[in-house]
Amino acid sequence: MFILQTIRKDFPALSQQVYGKPLIYFDNAATTHKPAPVIALVNEMNSFINGNIHRAFHCLGTMCTERYEEARETVRAFLHASSVEEIVFTAGTTAAINTVAFSFGERFVHAGDDIVITEAEHHSNIVPWQLLCERKGALLKVLPVNHDGSLPVEQLPRLLSKRTKLLCVTQASNVLGVMNPVKDIVAAAHACGVPVLVDGAQGAVHGGIDVQDAGCDFYVFSGHKLYGPTGTGVLYGRQELLDEMPPWQGGGEMIAAVSFEKTTYAGLPLKFEAGTPNFIGVCGLKKAIDYVQELGWAQVREQEETLVRHATRRLQEIEGLQLYGAAQPKTSLLSFNIAGIHPTDAAQLLDKMGIAARSGHLCADPLMRRFNVQGMLRFSFSFYNTTEEIDTAVDALKKIKQLLSCQ
Amino acid sequence: MPIADIAQQIIDEFALLPDWMDKYEHLIELGRTLPPFDEKHKTDTHLIEGCQSRVWLSAACHDGIITFTADSDAIITKGIVSLLVRVFSGQPPQAVLDADLDFINQIGLKENLSPTRSNGLLAMVKQMKMYALAFLHKKP
Repeated sequence: MFILQTIRKDFPALSQQVYGKPLIYFDNAATTHKPAPVIALVNEMNSFINGNIHRAFHCLGTMCTERYEEARETVRAFLHASSVEEIVFTAGTTAAINTVAFSFGERFVHAGDDIVITEAEHHSNIVPWQLLCERKGALLKVLPVNHDGSLPVEQLPRLLSKRTKLLCVTQASNVLGVMNPVKDIVAAAHACGVPVLVDGAQGAVHGGIDVQDAGCDFYVFSGHKLYGPTGTGVLYGRQELLDEMPPWQGGGEMIAAVSFEKTTYAGLPLKFEAGTPNFIGVCGLKKAIDYVQELGWAQVREQEETLVRHATRRLQEIEGLQLYGAAQPKTSLLSFNIAGIHPTDAAQLLDKMGIAARSGHLCADPLMRRFNVQGMLRFSFSFYNTTEEIDTAVDALKKIKQLLSCQ
Repeated sequence: MPIADIAQQIIDEFALLPDWMDKYEHLIELGRTLPPFDEKHKTDTHLIEGCQSRVWLSAACHDGIITFTADSDAIITKGIVSLLVRVFSGQPPQAVLDADLDFINQIGLKENLSPTRSNGLLAMVKQMKMYALAFLHKKP
């Protein structure tokens, strides 16, 4: 059952005060708070159930291994992947993208090839590809973003060529909140023989994706943006591709046998999980996914849509306020500017009023240039936010506007 | 007036404003009254890039006294820029080099000079001291 006041009690962070004011947390696109069951599980494992996975015969090691592999199954089901071999745990979205950039890049990308990304990407889905292109002498090509924040998908076939080795696209922009038509994009890319990596950093929290239905070849996301612990993430990869890709990092657990003459590697997914993974964090991520699933994705989406609709309406009361990314559907975030007001000034004053918002380039410099601004202000909501919090924040913005524009 | 005395003046000024809102209002006011920065000096040479806001700084030295002029695109940052200019401008290079910035802590605006803020202010202070060092060694 989705009862907001009960749900809010599950998140200890929400009941605190900052600067003597009740915290209003609108920076959920950066990281979400953790519900009590996740905190309790991580605490329990750190206190008692801590044994290194995949190697020990003892009780604690076995328990941790079981839980870790259960988490893999939970993630598989969440993404509707065809097997657990396709689910690799990483330290986060950025680590997952870098894994693909190195490993896929090593195997498939050569001088003269190209990688296609979009203008709507987060720096984490730009820079690893730039580095890859520099290493390989490949070319980075960019699909521009429309003024309303949507992608001109119809331009894709012209941009993709026989030399295109991968298309990397975000499921939802962390700045504009616009959800991209992943299935259409994948279809267009596959028609040209190009595999697709989908950055789910902002998408996983709104219900993830069915990777088989969408048809994407890679899907990556972070645990901490999905009510799970920091330092956890997931790389889904289609098995045929992951099989072809060489290990990226070497170390424990990714090997079958080691001798100084030759090392043979473990099968999937361990081939990509060198070293002791953040197994306690991963178990926490499983708990977080279970928690949201119990609430129900439909109810979560409904509450987030209510919030974003309410905020869109209320924010437009402010004269000179410009919202970015009008295209639908949207996730639950809104980025905006108020004429004559620097977003940093507004964010700093909001902070003093207990309201955590985000300001600056939002890790997306190319988008800032696209919209010809130095920065933006961003409110990003979670299902645990309330319309009353939005009202308080809008009133605060009105006050700030008055303060900053009086001569 | 020596740097320490100007700093004390600022501390006294802000002590009259116990509420954070009044402090920030005062800061915004100070930002507005900062002498205008010559637009033609708003070049990359004078730009101190921060992730959140930008600061421009230029300096000249005549008869052993440094004059700083500065600006920012964010008004609160500009308010703090104005405090730094007020403290450091009109001082000999050695005094700028020796000065500490504890007065910013004392007036309750410490977080603005934190490296995590990335508003260019910390880099601005470093740049002011670099100018001072350069002027000190340029002396005939």
